[in-house]
This record gives sequence, structure tokens and C-alpha cells, in this order.
Amino acid sequence: MSETRGLEFWILALFFALFVVFLYGPLSAIVILSFQGPDGGLTFPLNGTSLHWFRNLTERQAVGDFGGSFRRSLTLGIGVMLVTVVVSLLAGLAFRRRFLGATPLFYLSVASLVVPSIIVSLGIGVMFQQVGLRPAWYSSAFGAHLTWTLPFGVLIMFAVFNRFSPAYEEAARDLGASAWQTFLHVLLPMIAPMLVGVGLFGFTLSYDEFARSLMTSGTYNTLPLEIYGMTTNVTTPVLYALGTVTTLFSFLVIVATLGAILWLGRRRARGQGMA
Amino acid sequence: MTAAANPPAAHEAAPDGTPPARRLARIGTAAAAYLQAAPLALILGAFLLAPLAMIVAVSFWDYDFARLYPDFVLTNYIETLGSAVTWRIYLNTFKYAAIVWVLTLVIGFWVAYFLAFHVRSQTMQMVLFLICTVPFLTSNIIRMISWIPVLGRNGLVNTALVDLGIVPAPIEWLLYSDFAVVLAMVHLYTLFMVTPIFNTLMRIDRALVEAARDAGASSFQVLTNVILPLAKPGMAIGTIFVVTLVMADFITVQVMSGGQSASVALMMRNQMSLLQYPAAAANAVVLLAIVLLLVAAILRVVDIRKEL
Repeated sequence: MSETRGLEFWILALFFALFVVFLYGPLSAIVILSFQGPDGGLTFPLNGTSLHWFRNLTERQAVGDFGGSFRRSLTLGIGVMLVTVVVSLLAGLAFRRRFLGATPLFYLSVASLVVPSIIVSLGIGVMFQQVGLRPAWYSSAFGAHLTWTLPFGVLIMFAVFNRFSPAYEEAARDLGASAWQTFLHVLLPMIAPMLVGVGLFGFTLSYDEFARSLMTSGTYNTLPLEIYGMTTNVTTPVLYALGTVTTLFSFLVIVATLGAILWLGRRRARGQGMA
Repeated sequence: MTAAANPPAAHEAAPDGTPPARRLARIGTAAAAYLQAAPLALILGAFLLAPLAMIVAVSFWDYDFARLYPDFVLTNYIETLGSAVTWRIYLNTFKYAAIVWVLTLVIGFWVAYFLAFHVRSQTMQMVLFLICTVPFLTSNIIRMISWIPVLGRNGLVNTALVDLGIVPAPIEWLLYSDFAVVLAMVHLYTLFMVTPIFNTLMRIDRALVEAARDAGASSFQVLTNVILPLAKPGMAIGTIFVVTLVMADFITVQVMSGGQSASVALMMRNQMSLLQYPAAAANAVVLLAIVLLLVAAILRVVDIRKEL
């Protein structure tokens, strides 16, 4: 592909640009509208600009509890992230060997990805009810979210180890490293950026999950449930302010994660340069 | 197992006269695989298999307004499958799945093709790919409601069209219609098509493209005879994602159709809010069977483990 860029390139580039506008356009509409003046409505034009609706967000709401649901979603997301990283890594290591039940377990993970989320929600909700447990965001919703984040983590680790040459570990072992030293000083640093990526998936998928929380979160709402409740009850731009704040938070998490991945990659490259 | 077919465990084939400690270590590694797989198996067992078994059981139970009665009755299935409304809702769900599948496949392929074959620098490729990925990591509900000020009666599109004199009055079907449902689903789910296709395209040996060109193929012929056939596994995986997501969707249908359309999952959701769990469970079993059959059919064409 060394010839100059032809018509095909420019048509596809335009198509790609339109796709990006399609992805981000509506989102920018609600970001702009969240700065709506105090008398403004849910649609354009802007009736002045203000931070009124952001201030409104921090005040006690007629419906719902934004601060509490944010804290719950944050805690839940971090918990799900940690479990997803550890369990996916362990499963990824297990799948490198032949063991009885490996194929069924792999397909069970795929099934976890394709089973409709509302069915998982219903199943866990009814199961807790019948066993006599009270569903709560930190128990039943925690498990429900894991059925969504773990398959992603496992598939990513599967892809990572598919490309991972065992030569590095063999070299470490030949130099006298124990299994644990090989894992800690050779394998873990090499796959660390991927683990951070798995963590990002674990956190954001849980933080934004709606359907799986529906029947499983119990008395207290997680943030997406709260936002959903607001869409049917709230008719002011405070809804957009909430959308802007949570989206900004997601962006910060993504940027921080990418920064961490780049930093890990660079640190490893430096280490290799010195060796 | 693709991964286990070439096990990275060649070093474990120790020569004769292995010291006992080594032999013990080998037994240790075998046991380690089970210990490492155990947490995943336990979590999926407790929060996927057990709840699904519960749903199958409950779908045969009897119920009234207050509670469920363990039983073995077929009334839940007979009531739901015997109603014309249910069949229409299933048909409607398939309609959404088919339309959204075609649109995401076409859009997803061209986006992935542009990224993989027309963007030359690797850094640019990753940056553009991340630009496509970021919205996927933000809230679906927020992305959905963000269409309201765009498509609404007084929204951006209608205002522009009226101001430009293209239409005399605001178009009503932009929001709260099947159009809006499909648009929002394409918006939410296209990335699930882009990622696997992009992944497959990046693994195509560029020498094949060069060879086709040297043999005199036009760029259109390269596309149809080399790239498209090799992109099929990615398309199949994307299809699994998109079809299962659309089949399971209720919130997009509810919000974007304004309650005027229904999907199977939305019907279940309504039964759940009326505490008719056995009726919802019967629908869940039917929906699950359909989804698993679809996925099994696609998996006959593509080996996921080879594509990862």
C-alpha cells in the first residue's frame, strides 16, 4: 500500500468522520444543554448559560439520592474490578494447561456473555428470594455484575496467553528462578498493561450496568438505576447535568487507565534498555 | 483446546530419575490448574448456572398475586405461547435484531476496514480505535437519552429541517418510534461489530494483498476475494454480540419507542414488575433457548478460541 491515497481513502475517511460525529454528537448535545440557564428546558435553544443545574444536583432531590447511589456504584465497581482482575488472571493461567473440564468452563464463560442480562437478573433475584436472602447491591448485584465482567476478562486473558511465548519463563527457570519468582518477576510485569485493561473493563461495565442490577440491587439503587428513575420522573436539565458529570467521570477513569498502561509500557521498555 | 494443543509445558517432560521434589512439583502444577480455574467455575456456577436452573424450575411453578407455589404446571408456557400478542412481540424482536444486525455489520466493516487498511501509522490506528471505544465505556442510559434533545419535536434535527424549509412542520417519527429504537441500538452496539472485525483484519497477512495486486487484482477484487472472506470470523463474533444484545434489550425499546413498541425482554420486565415471576421465567426459557441456538449455530462456523 505505497501508492498515493486515492478516492477510496477519502470516501472511507469521510465515512469514518461521520461515524465519529454519530458517536459523539448526541453526547455533546446534553453536555451543552446541562449548562442551560435556570429557566431553560430540556431542548435547545439555550436560555442563557449557568451552573444552576450542577448546583441543583448537589442539593437534596425530590426523587432519588444521587450522592448515595454514586458511592454505591463506585464501591461496587471497584470491588467487581478487583475480583475480575484476579479471577480472570487465575483462569487465564489455568487455561494454559490441559485440565479436565477446560472446554466446558470456556463455553460456560461464553454463555455468560450471551445469556440475556435480564434473565441473569431475574434468576438471581428469584434465587435469593427463594433461599430467603435479601438481595443487596453488595451481594446479589455483585455476583450479577461478575457474570458480565468475567467473560470479558477471561477472553482477554485467553488472547494474551495465546500470544505469550513460554520461552521467557523457561529462560527464568533455567536461570534458577522458582515458579513464584518466575510469575512475579517475569510473567506479571509483561502482562501488567493487559491486566490494567481488564480492570478498566471490570470497573466501567459494572459502573454502567443497568439490566443486571434491576432485580438484584435490593433496597438501595445503584447509579444507573437512579439515572433511569430520573428519566421517567425528572423533566429539568438536572438530568443532563447528571449525565455530564457521570460521563466526565467515565472519561477521567479511561484517561487515567490509559496513562497507567502507557506508563507501565514505558517503564518496561526502559528496564529492557538497561538490561 | 487451541491453547492447550500446544501447551507451554514442554519443560515439564522431565527426564527419568526426576528427584522426588520435582515429581511432587509436577503433581503440584496439575493441581494448580484446578485451583486457578476454581474461582471462575464457582462464581459462574453460583451466579449463572444456579439462577438459570432456578428460572427453569420456576417456569413450571404456579403463582398468585402474593407468592410462588412450587408445582409442575405448563400453564405459564401455554399462556404465553398461546397468545397472539406474544408472537407479535417475538416477531418484533427478531425484526429489530435483523435490521440492527445488517446496519452494524455494514457500518462496522467499513469502519474496521478503514482503520486496518487505510490508516498507515500504528499510533494513529490505536488513537482512532480508542476514539471509537471510549463511548462504549460510558453509560448506555446517558447515551440513549442524549438522543432526546437531538430528535425530539423541538430537537436539533427538526429545528434545522423546519428552519431550512425542508419540511413544513416537525417530523413526529424521529423520536418515540421504531426508527428511534433502531438508531439508538446502532449507536450503542456498532462497536461490538467494529472491534472483532478490526481484530481479524489486523491479522490478515499483508503479503496476501500484495500477491493479489501483483496478480492483477483491482482494489475492489482484493476486497471481495481476499479481505471479505478472511474477515468472516470477526463478522461472526460481532454478530454474536450484536444479536444477543438486541434480543436481550428492553431499556432502549422502552425509552426510545416511548412505550409504543415491545420486545421479549420488555415483556418479561413488565411481568416482573407485576410479580408474575413464573410467567417471566417461561419467557426467559424460550428466549434463552432461541439465543443459545443462534449462538451455537454461529459457533459451528467460527472457532472463537482461534480468533482471540
